[in-house]
Amino acid sequence: MQDYKHIGKDFVPPDIAGKVTGEGKYTEDIHAEGMVFARLYTSPMPHGRVTRIDTSAIENMKGIVGVLTADDVPAPEVPDPPILTNHPVYLGEPILAVAAEHESIAEAALARIRVDIEPLPFVVDPLDSVVEGGPNARDEGNIFVRFGEGAGFHTVKWTPEQVAEFRAGKEPSGEFLQEWSYGDLEKGFADAEVILEEPFVTAGYPHMSMEPRTAMAYWEGDTCYVYASSQSQSYWMPGLAKLLDIEQDKLVLVSEYTGGGFGSKFAPYPAAALPGWFSKKVGRPVQLHISREQEFYIGSARAGFQGRIKIGFAKNGRVTAADVAIVEDIGPMTASGNTSAAGGAISVVYDPEAMRWRGLPVITNTTPRGAQRGPGQNQIAAVMAPLIDKAARLLGIDRLEIRKLNATDSSTTVYAEQAPVTSAYLEEALTKGAVEFDWANRSAAPRLRGNVVRGLGIGQAYHSTGVTGYDGLVRITPDGVVHLHSGVGNLGTYSYASVTRAAAEVLKCDWEDCVIHHGRTDRHLPWNSSQAGSNTTFTQTRTNYVAAVDAVAKMKSVAAESLGGSADDYEIDGERVFLRANSGRNMTYAAIAQRAIELGGAYSGQNAPEDINGVTRRAVQALSGTGLIGVAKDTLPQNGIIPGLAVAFVEIELDLETGKYNILDYACVAECGTVVHPQGLSAQMIGGAVWGMGMAGLEKHVYDPQNGLPAHVGFNQCRIPTYLDTPPAIRSSAVDLPDPQNPVGARGIGEPAMGCAAAAVMAAISDALDGHTFSRTPVTPDMIVNHVANRAMSFKPLQTNSF
Amino acid sequence: MKLPHSRRRFIQGAIASSVATSGCSAQRSANTEAAASEVSTEPLELRINGRSHSCTVPPQETLARTLRDELELTGTKVGCNRGECGTCTVLIDGVPNYACSTLTHSVRGRNVTTIEGLRDADGALHPVQQAFIDELAPQCGFCTPGQVMVAVALLSENPDPSREEVRQALSGNICRCGAYEHYINGVLRAAKTAV
Repeated sequence: MQDYKHIGKDFVPPDIAGKVTGEGKYTEDIHAEGMVFARLYTSPMPHGRVTRIDTSAIENMKGIVGVLTADDVPAPEVPDPPILTNHPVYLGEPILAVAAEHESIAEAALARIRVDIEPLPFVVDPLDSVVEGGPNARDEGNIFVRFGEGAGFHTVKWTPEQVAEFRAGKEPSGEFLQEWSYGDLEKGFADAEVILEEPFVTAGYPHMSMEPRTAMAYWEGDTCYVYASSQSQSYWMPGLAKLLDIEQDKLVLVSEYTGGGFGSKFAPYPAAALPGWFSKKVGRPVQLHISREQEFYIGSARAGFQGRIKIGFAKNGRVTAADVAIVEDIGPMTASGNTSAAGGAISVVYDPEAMRWRGLPVITNTTPRGAQRGPGQNQIAAVMAPLIDKAARLLGIDRLEIRKLNATDSSTTVYAEQAPVTSAYLEEALTKGAVEFDWANRSAAPRLRGNVVRGLGIGQAYHSTGVTGYDGLVRITPDGVVHLHSGVGNLGTYSYASVTRAAAEVLKCDWEDCVIHHGRTDRHLPWNSSQAGSNTTFTQTRTNYVAAVDAVAKMKSVAAESLGGSADDYEIDGERVFLRANSGRNMTYAAIAQRAIELGGAYSGQNAPEDINGVTRRAVQALSGTGLIGVAKDTLPQNGIIPGLAVAFVEIELDLETGKYNILDYACVAECGTVVHPQGLSAQMIGGAVWGMGMAGLEKHVYDPQNGLPAHVGFNQCRIPTYLDTPPAIRSSAVDLPDPQNPVGARGIGEPAMGCAAAAVMAAISDALDGHTFSRTPVTPDMIVNHVANRAMSFKPLQTNSF
Repeated sequence: MKLPHSRRRFIQGAIASSVATSGCSAQRSANTEAAASEVSTEPLELRINGRSHSCTVPPQETLARTLRDELELTGTKVGCNRGECGTCTVLIDGVPNYACSTLTHSVRGRNVTTIEGLRDADGALHPVQQAFIDELAPQCGFCTPGQVMVAVALLSENPDPSREEVRQALSGNICRCGAYEHYINGVLRAAKTAV
């Protein structure tokens, strides 16, 4: 399929009108009759043990409906996050909830409830816990390995000398618990003309989704209706049912609009289940309001890195070896491990001939961490770019050429297992971007004007962008309408809609005749992947494709049954199924749908394939008999890593006196296979650019080491980029070469869109300062001012979560 | 360059007319104690989107709360409730204000325009709304009503802004999705359309 009807063209997604009119309802916009209002009491200290909860002062308070404590809800396996706790491990962790007729009453009640908490030792900087004699953030130990060999809690301590050597960027002798490698590392470094060794820090920081995750729930009989802010749709069902201790067919999730997620809402989180428990207890709908402050606490954050990297370069600039060791700040609970992904990203973007990665995941009493836009991949991209430039400078090689030399292509093998990639065109992206940005001429232009110096940077980033094995579901009804059932969540990417265009493409139907069903699981949605990891575009174009292919096969069969011949004798076009030899003999889709209902069986969903997921099966059962059903599991062949790649070119103007820089111009190129939705891709590239600019210059956790209090709770303190922090214009384009393992050639892009920006800005800052590498994100004005004045930094080496 | 909707003007107005509710629990409980007890106030006449409403509003209630809960106009979203993000932007006599930081009583006798008040008499979208659709400006959409309102105010004062003027005028509205580029393109498109 090359000359596409829908793929590669823009369209108006059905939900956008609700956004510009305000008619779109987010969870807190929705009121259920008789609803009561719940507020959380959260821990005022970073680590403690609740010794007493005294609610006697509110027992007779007018308007109080109920109190929910940790005793009222199931406790998960430590350290999975609990719904409520009597042993808080971070400041802001929910301890109890109060429900009242009016929210002002609930708030007043919180002030009267007495909670006694015994303070316990706490940790806000991982290296303060790793050093001998340092506190542990949890009773169970100071390390938690989530997956694989050695999974579980551990206690690891380094001597003060080992910590000092790590801070100095020397070969670490302290214990790491995780490791992988490939190739001959020793030979790689022996072959190197230039070897760089640097310590680095990348700050963790919160997601700061615009919509605080207020949740609401009520019961109808034994069925729970949950209204929540979610990235994913059908993917939430098993996990949310488990949190509520019910079967999946007794759960309806409503999440039609979600105000941002960025990884923090891809899987169900405990606050989404709290209203269900509370509603069961008090017998009324319960809305749990989450304030901006509470969203900071429970809304997830990026893991932090304190690391050391050693990279070897051959004379021609080829990366011969890379050795990276990372101490990871994983917060107080289970968190997606970021550091292995960081190592993986180096192996993809720069393809070192030999590599070793080591990781040590350390628990701290800071806000819980989780997946955040390119977790691991994007922060390491920001560290790598200035180092690549440093090597280029030392070797006398152009900064663009050194990247092209090391660029991933379709023959590159990646990760520890040296797996193949489905396709990759990183050099093409670099070439295209360089032309777009006029790299050659800009590099040659003068740099210094008084105290203001220009800096140029090139950034590259990667994320894996697809999975397989999910289901697709389409339906044609006797009125001729094509129903596209999308189990994809709506976090603002429009991919819930754009992926269904693959089905419309196969069906060759007009977009005006299509209706997309999404947003509520009782709209009978198939089992789709989580909306995370940039995977949706690849994964769900495949599921829509196979479902539509199934529908077409059935339609041809139905036509043959009515008009004679065999299914192979038929074609489709113009929303008709016609005999190839005589197009006059045909049936409309509408008529086919009617006949399908009459025939029953697989045609109308009375029977469904054996291999589809239970979620899809229930959807098909509910739709059975309403039309022609196309349903299938994606079992198309898939082999190798599915890469999403992006490059960015940026120019900044940095004031040496103030340490402030302005981003003057930014051009980026996506390498994500065939472009399915041009405006949607542009949205990801421009949005990712802003995220990357925030990582490079603005955002970080700040904790007071004396009492573990966070200092950056609001938008003004945890500075996220505004219009004025970003350039007046951002240009994006795409390589647009099809991937062979996707039926429309598509791969994903959301996360690399950010990493390339963070990398490019870090490189530009370094370039403006004659190649000085801070190897720390964010680079803040005080760091630049101190460097220019030849003064020490205001923090000690590798110090993190501090000012 | 003239900046009619500057942050300075907003801050002066905000200090003059309201006290933002703080996150401090002691102060919050003092405020809400009053609400919980039956403080009777005379009904307040409000003009929202050209219509009059008579509501009983506690003196410390914010306009955002009254719009969303009392009047069920949930188009105005609340992102922070402390004047830091601009999500709750509404127009008061044509001037963008943060509804979360405006006391409802302070808008007595003034014209409030919310996102719900932008369609014309035939129900057609305002040019800014249509332009935002055409440019795929909203991503998650949560900041969108606020961006629309400030853009509407800008274009009514400055129908042909430069790109930089748009950027400055909208700078009191944060977008976590980072959709700034498409929003600016949308405002410029709306400016062309409205001509």
